[in-house]
Amino acid sequence: MSTRTDFAQTAQQREAAVTIFERGAPGRRASMLPEIDVPLQAAEALLPARFRRQEIPRLPEVSEPEIVRHYVRLSKRNFDLDSGFYPLGSCTMKHNPKMHERVAAMPGHSRLHPFQRPERAQGALELMWGLQEALSEVAGLPHVSLQPSAGSHGELAGVLLTRAYHEARGDAREIILTPDTAHGTNPATVTMAGYRVVGVGTNPDGGVDLDDLRSKATDRVACLMLTNPNTLGIFDPNITEIAKIVHDVGATLYYDGANLNAIMGISRPGDMGFDIVHFNLHKSFTQPHGGGGPGSGPIAVSDRIAPYLPVPLVTRTDTADGPVFDLTDDAPQSIGRLRGFQGNYGVFVRAYAYICSLGGEGLRRASEIAVLNANYLRARMREKGIGEYLSSPYEGSCMHEFVLSGGPMKRDLGIRTLDLAKRMLDFGVHPPTVYFPQLVEECLLIEPTETETRETLDAFVEIVAEILAEAATSPEIAQNAPYTTPVRRLDEATAARTPVLRQSFDRE
Amino acid sequence: MSEYTSLTPEDLAEMLATIGVASIDELLGAIPDDVRLQVPLNIPAGRPEQEVVAHLRQLAERNTSADDEITFLGGGMYDHYSPALIESIILRSEFLTPYTPYQPEISQGGLQAMFEYQTAISELTGLPISNASLYEGPSAVASAAYMSKLANDRPEFVVSRGLHPHARQTLATVAHGWGGRVVEVDLVNGVTDLTQLADLVGPNTCAVIVQQPNFLGAVEDLSAIAEIAHAAGAVPICSADPLTLGVLEAPGNQGIEICVGEGQTLGNRLDFGGPSFGFLAASAEHMRRMPGRIAGQTADVDGRRGFVLTLQTREQHIRREKATSNICTAQALNALAGVIYLAWLGRQGLPELGELLLQRTAYARTQLAALDGVELLHDQPVVREFAVRLDAPADRVIAACQDRGVNPGLALGHEYPEYENGLLVAITEQRSRSDIDTLVRVLGEVVAEIIGSRTAAGVAG
Repeated sequence: MSTRTDFAQTAQQREAAVTIFERGAPGRRASMLPEIDVPLQAAEALLPARFRRQEIPRLPEVSEPEIVRHYVRLSKRNFDLDSGFYPLGSCTMKHNPKMHERVAAMPGHSRLHPFQRPERAQGALELMWGLQEALSEVAGLPHVSLQPSAGSHGELAGVLLTRAYHEARGDAREIILTPDTAHGTNPATVTMAGYRVVGVGTNPDGGVDLDDLRSKATDRVACLMLTNPNTLGIFDPNITEIAKIVHDVGATLYYDGANLNAIMGISRPGDMGFDIVHFNLHKSFTQPHGGGGPGSGPIAVSDRIAPYLPVPLVTRTDTADGPVFDLTDDAPQSIGRLRGFQGNYGVFVRAYAYICSLGGEGLRRASEIAVLNANYLRARMREKGIGEYLSSPYEGSCMHEFVLSGGPMKRDLGIRTLDLAKRMLDFGVHPPTVYFPQLVEECLLIEPTETETRETLDAFVEIVAEILAEAATSPEIAQNAPYTTPVRRLDEATAARTPVLRQSFDRE
Repeated sequence: MSEYTSLTPEDLAEMLATIGVASIDELLGAIPDDVRLQVPLNIPAGRPEQEVVAHLRQLAERNTSADDEITFLGGGMYDHYSPALIESIILRSEFLTPYTPYQPEISQGGLQAMFEYQTAISELTGLPISNASLYEGPSAVASAAYMSKLANDRPEFVVSRGLHPHARQTLATVAHGWGGRVVEVDLVNGVTDLTQLADLVGPNTCAVIVQQPNFLGAVEDLSAIAEIAHAAGAVPICSADPLTLGVLEAPGNQGIEICVGEGQTLGNRLDFGGPSFGFLAASAEHMRRMPGRIAGQTADVDGRRGFVLTLQTREQHIRREKATSNICTAQALNALAGVIYLAWLGRQGLPELGELLLQRTAYARTQLAALDGVELLHDQPVVREFAVRLDAPADRVIAACQDRGVNPGLALGHEYPEYENGLLVAITEQRSRSDIDTLVRVLGEVVAEIIGSRTAAGVAG
């Protein structure tokens, strides 16, 4: 790479972005529909004019080859996990096994109607039951609902369960505690569920500040939402004391499962004292992220929370002919439904296949190697050439991810964490999570996952060293990066100030 | 057993040495012994890929899929045809395996697809602003309700019983959290009772929520409903079936301010209920109260057209407890399938498909209503779904039809006690006239047999 910032345009950069609506021509089409094979009835008799659409929606007019080429071309303007390292902290970008797509596509799974009667969906219900059992075991909590659609939805379920639990005891409470390291979804969920957020501080070791927690834990507190290991990648060794403080005031303890990949088979939230856990099946259980979904956010709960679980519930009855599975809404204290049907079954199929492949021992090994890879990468990032610019704010070992501070880099080299991240794009790796958690200056949150090879981790270290060395003499390179991506830095401020959120059809 | 990892004993030894510890266990030292799991997880041992595939196939074979019977089952998800090109595109690693596009420079494919999707949804609904998708249909209704709560902070949601039961139940669950109440409006001859609606709507009404076509398949008079809502300063919300919007007037042209819906019919699988996607479009004044991701067009430093996630000051990762929603992960891949489907169907195909559904559904409705022991539950205009009342127990009829290879539809009585022995029948373009004729024959036989056995028992008694 030359030490200039006027790199030649790539072929992709020369090609202007064209939307599907700007392709094609009037009258062109891809679909051919079946003939109307029934006796024609008068249009007006079927649908009175006052209900009829007056102007046809301006959908694209394109042929099949145009559609395929358009979206394949678009796909090449994406970076993805199958192409390269993706150490996005808190997102657990582990390999998505290809077998999962094969089994999820089987017609018995993919073409099963959600209103099929349970006696004709026994395989699906057995799979859901099996997944519930496995998740229950990983969480160390006896009851599971698979219904929530994503982590944020699981959080909403958890907070509504907390509300139902307190209300059933006639105990109105209005506060939910979240640490200042929490994911943004936690406080947002609290507000949606009608509670008020009160923050809890972090101690110098990166754990919950116990004194601050004690001072805020009152009988007005409904719940503490916690991630452990937390978003700094640190396992809070005071967890049993935290649980005691929270339980002593009658509140529930909620586990944000975003970081579960650190502890599967090693330590269980239920054993730590948590009452409610959500899982991100798209993280620890490797549902492909799809560019931002679908996910799935099942929850596991303790006995005292179980009566309030969302419906429908999967039931199992053992008979002489073997187990019979069913769905029931019969749970009088349930918070009710959180969505249509039974949840993201297609995600369950993949997660279940993953658990079948790994087994209990494999899940534990996955977590152990995730921790090993994170600590190895962290150790290498402390080497000369990197460690003096990217400091480690916390001592001791990390769990499956770790934070670095770009503070020294900003002061000594004049480049910010954002610049480092943008320069990484030119090297074919996805940058870590940046500027989160907010309490670390110029933060980088790095999660390599267990599925990366040692060579990949080493190559990443070399890339970071090279960027920092480059910045020592020519900080402007990083400051103006990237250069080789389909587009360069984008004007986000204008996008937000004068939003253009859809194609305009001025041509018509 | 496979962890999809690649660690060799040499790697392990060298990596531990680099870290400066003797074992992985030493790295886990922060975890106190009393919360360490001392025994292995009670989950069966891992198995080779081929055995897992065989096991998953055995489970699949114990389900009766839409390939295994002639199905007329609907009620929110439908067996529409999904063209092969969708699967071919969405299974590409570049769409399947990235995360949410936090780094727009290397995510232009996904971001542009969101922008195209938003354009298509805006066109369908007749509303200017669409987000980039929500989890699915019923929870999208709850999201729309929360938006209207942010708009006027009133406590009551007046909801038609024509709204999907799952959507009504989801709304009740979620609204309870923020102190909202749900009041239901009855149906009369299959559609929302406008007189009762007008009586129930008032200064406490946050939003009026209906479905188009409604759960019984009937087309609602959205203009009249929106007018009632507006007169009281409430937000008119509609949950619409996007595939019918080639023939039905756009909700946005009938005074609806927020239109949501279930996107499964747009090229997504049945998948026993998910994942699919929910859509949400709104009028301009609601833009900064929208939940979820939104893509916007902008330019890069060299002036190239590009796309970013925008209006992020609404969102949880910036605004935390002041966010308009907690949604983080949406349904990007499913929404991509949706926009590809709409491009495939195209400007001509969408109304054509609507006409095909209208004609075949009318045929099926006429033929079924002519059977002894079957009558229409309502006579409102319908597009692809209609309801009949059987003179026989619906569950028994359905089970007997299924034994003969036909799934005649959904029994309504479980969710609607007022429609005991009601049957909801859905017709998609995958059901030919010959399939419909089979349904008419089988259902006719089964109902006749049940009535016959009842008459015989009556005579014997």
